[in-house]
Amino acid sequence: MAGMNEDDSCKVVLAVDEACSNIIRHSYEGVKDKPIICEGKIENSNLHIMLQDYGKKVDPANIRPRNLSDIRPGGLGVHFIREVMDRVEFEDRGDEGTCLFLEKKVPNSGVHDLWKS
Amino acid sequence: MEIVTENIGSASIVRVSGEVDMSNSPTVRDSLMLLIEAKAPTIVVDLGGVTYMDSSGIATLIEGHQATTSYGGNFRIAALIPNVRQVFELARLTDVFDIYPDVDRAQEGL
Repeated sequence: MAGMNEDDSCKVVLAVDEACSNIIRHSYEGVKDKPIICEGKIENSNLHIMLQDYGKKVDPANIRPRNLSDIRPGGLGVHFIREVMDRVEFEDRGDEGTCLFLEKKVPNSGVHDLWKS
Repeated sequence: MEIVTENIGSASIVRVSGEVDMSNSPTVRDSLMLLIEAKAPTIVVDLGGVTYMDSSGIATLIEGHQATTSYGGNFRIAALIPNVRQVFELARLTDVFDIYPDVDRAQEGL
């Protein structure tokens, strides 16, 4: 990924994967063939990623990482997302679904459209 | 993703390869649970062929670790490549699991 070392690139892939998994698990209640719009760009030394879904609304207050000292299966995905990304914000767009905005600083980067799918 | 299980001495080696994510981590769980139900004395999970692992894979390993140690068994992880190891580090789990550089060393002292 432009301007990002391999370790950070792998972490961003993990964060986006975890975000998509959470959308499938919670917003789409396990149904795997529903749409997730994904857009990404690098602008002003920041990687911006937006994920949009049209599933069940989830209260952002209920989306929080678990206490890591409580070793048990599950609850790590949100921790990974918040650990890797510098900004994590949800926006309820009513009938147009829910958007998750992820942002990470990328020093020495230009402006790139990464993808839209 | 592929899983091959073999017994070497008293150790059950579970060799996993490919990408482990929410779509296939239940398969990893099934393989581990077969050994756990048989109270395998030592389970070594060889992750040398795993190129990617997400939180569902980590959760599966936590469950395997807890279930194995609950009956006094050993649960060991071997051969993490750097980008998989960093997932363990992000989860602050490198001190929770017994992690070995390779399968041979994971079998030492058994």
